[in-house]
Amino acid sequence: MIIDVERFFTQNRPQWQQLEKLLDRLEAGDRLPYDEARRLHYLYERTSADLARLSTFAAESEAGAYLGALVGRAYAEIYETRRRKARFRPVHWFFRDFPRTFRRHLAAFGLAVALSVGGSAFGAFAVAIDADAKHVLMPFPGLEGNPGDRVRKEEAGPNPSLAGHRSTFSAELMTHNIRVSFFTLALGITWGVGSVLMLFYNGVILGAVAFDYVRAGYSTFLLGWLLPHGVIEIPAILVAGQASFVLAGALLGRGDRRPRRDRLRAATPSVVTLAGGAAVMLVWAGIVESFVSQYHQPVLPYGIKIAFGLVEVALLVTFLAFSGRRGEST
Amino acid sequence: MTPARRLTLRTPEGIVFSWPLAGPVSRMLALLIDFAVIASALAMLQQGIGLLRFVSPDWAAGVGIILYFVLQIGYGIAFEWLWRGQTIGKRVLGIRVIDGEGLRLTAGQIVLRNLLRAVDSLPAIYAVGGLACAITRHTQRFGDLAANTVVIRHQKPATPELGEALRHRYNSLRQYPHLCARLRQRSTPDEAGAALEAIIRRDEIDPAPRLELFDDLARHFQTKVEFPPEVLDGLSSEQYIRDVVQILFDEPGRGA
Repeated sequence: MIIDVERFFTQNRPQWQQLEKLLDRLEAGDRLPYDEARRLHYLYERTSADLARLSTFAAESEAGAYLGALVGRAYAEIYETRRRKARFRPVHWFFRDFPRTFRRHLAAFGLAVALSVGGSAFGAFAVAIDADAKHVLMPFPGLEGNPGDRVRKEEAGPNPSLAGHRSTFSAELMTHNIRVSFFTLALGITWGVGSVLMLFYNGVILGAVAFDYVRAGYSTFLLGWLLPHGVIEIPAILVAGQASFVLAGALLGRGDRRPRRDRLRAATPSVVTLAGGAAVMLVWAGIVESFVSQYHQPVLPYGIKIAFGLVEVALLVTFLAFSGRRGEST
Repeated sequence: MTPARRLTLRTPEGIVFSWPLAGPVSRMLALLIDFAVIASALAMLQQGIGLLRFVSPDWAAGVGIILYFVLQIGYGIAFEWLWRGQTIGKRVLGIRVIDGEGLRLTAGQIVLRNLLRAVDSLPAIYAVGGLACAITRHTQRFGDLAANTVVIRHQKPATPELGEALRHRYNSLRQYPHLCARLRQRSTPDEAGAALEAIIRRDEIDPAPRLELFDDLARHFQTKVEFPPEVLDGLSSEQYIRDVVQILFDEPGRGA
């Protein structure tokens, strides 16, 4: 036979165990000094050679599994070239990484916007030509009624059922919207088909509702109602759509000759950053929707609500366009 | 039974190693355990939130909703990050998430594979993810495909102790060097491997099948080379195979 198993084991076991100890330390987050790192590499190569020798005589021995696992672990530590962040810095991430990632994938955001605008136009058009369309398109019964009734009800005073439940309502809005945005992102895995449908459908609802209120002459109410939270919430969903298109783009790989796995590997940080950014935006939108948007004239004049919304838009645009510009490679 | 699928990787040095992949059933069981853990964690948190109710019932309900959400989304992410690819359920089942190319798992990969549960869990009970696991080559759900991760069966194999098992024993077959040489010549690597496996794992086998296995192996090797009957007298099948293995895997000409 090719090798003397007994001697092979007794001679090499100390090296294997030493490699195992080094790997345990590395996996626990230790950093190795230079000499030990070199030793690690030496032991890795030696153990690889042992595995190669062993696999010549037994297809799947236990010793082979042991050495295979050892080589696998060492391989992960030695060949990993992706930069490992020392520590996650939330502020740095939100004010630098997120807007930079947003700008890097502006085309994907543009696609999400275009789909939503297209959906809105379709929704408005559908309600305009077919009175019955409203009942089919609206996802909530609250939106199906006559805009005039709704406005009168809202203006009669804050919704009594919300009194003492604003935090709960706010939490529900946040979690629901974040769930929707994550779902939109996840739909990117359908090569973007699901995300296209989702964004378009969101647009349809928005367009239908908006047209319904505008036609009935309640434009000011609508703006006051939607702007304070909508100017953050809608862009957040669009950012989630952007993330889903980045994911879909990596899957499709048009004009990119790298293998799919490499494309996905490269896109992962962007997708995750955009999803996180959208979630943060939706937390803000949830608070505003519960604590500002539900108060109407006369409690809170529409002018103030609209101005509040416009200030938010200005801040959001400034943030996404300029935050983290310093030192950014173009 | 089909053999378990494996993820096989080749290092730049040309060394091939592989990981056994976790099947959909063990992954499902791990998931169920994780659900149970989340549910009990929630039940405990509800007790804590109950105290907040005295301050403001509204706040208590709001905090409860947010905690539930964070726990649901964050549980998998946090554990897989802290435990290098394992949640409580995965640890119990002995499975682990690793990078699809055998490299280190990054935080981005963990977040992405967990966010894509939104699609994998559709329409209910992870039907989409389960189906994807069944048809993809490396048993990956969509989250794994997007994040380029795989779930492997991960038992830490013990350091092999074969040397101890074979050492310091008198090997009566060695009295006949020419028969030993013939045995080496006529045995294939596969046969030798099977005998070696049987010896290494002999303590894991129940007594009755163990007896049967070594009887079978002994009969098989006896058809290759016939040792004189006096050598085999009083030698159990297991001892015989142990001697055979020692001869097969030893350097020729090395004395007993």
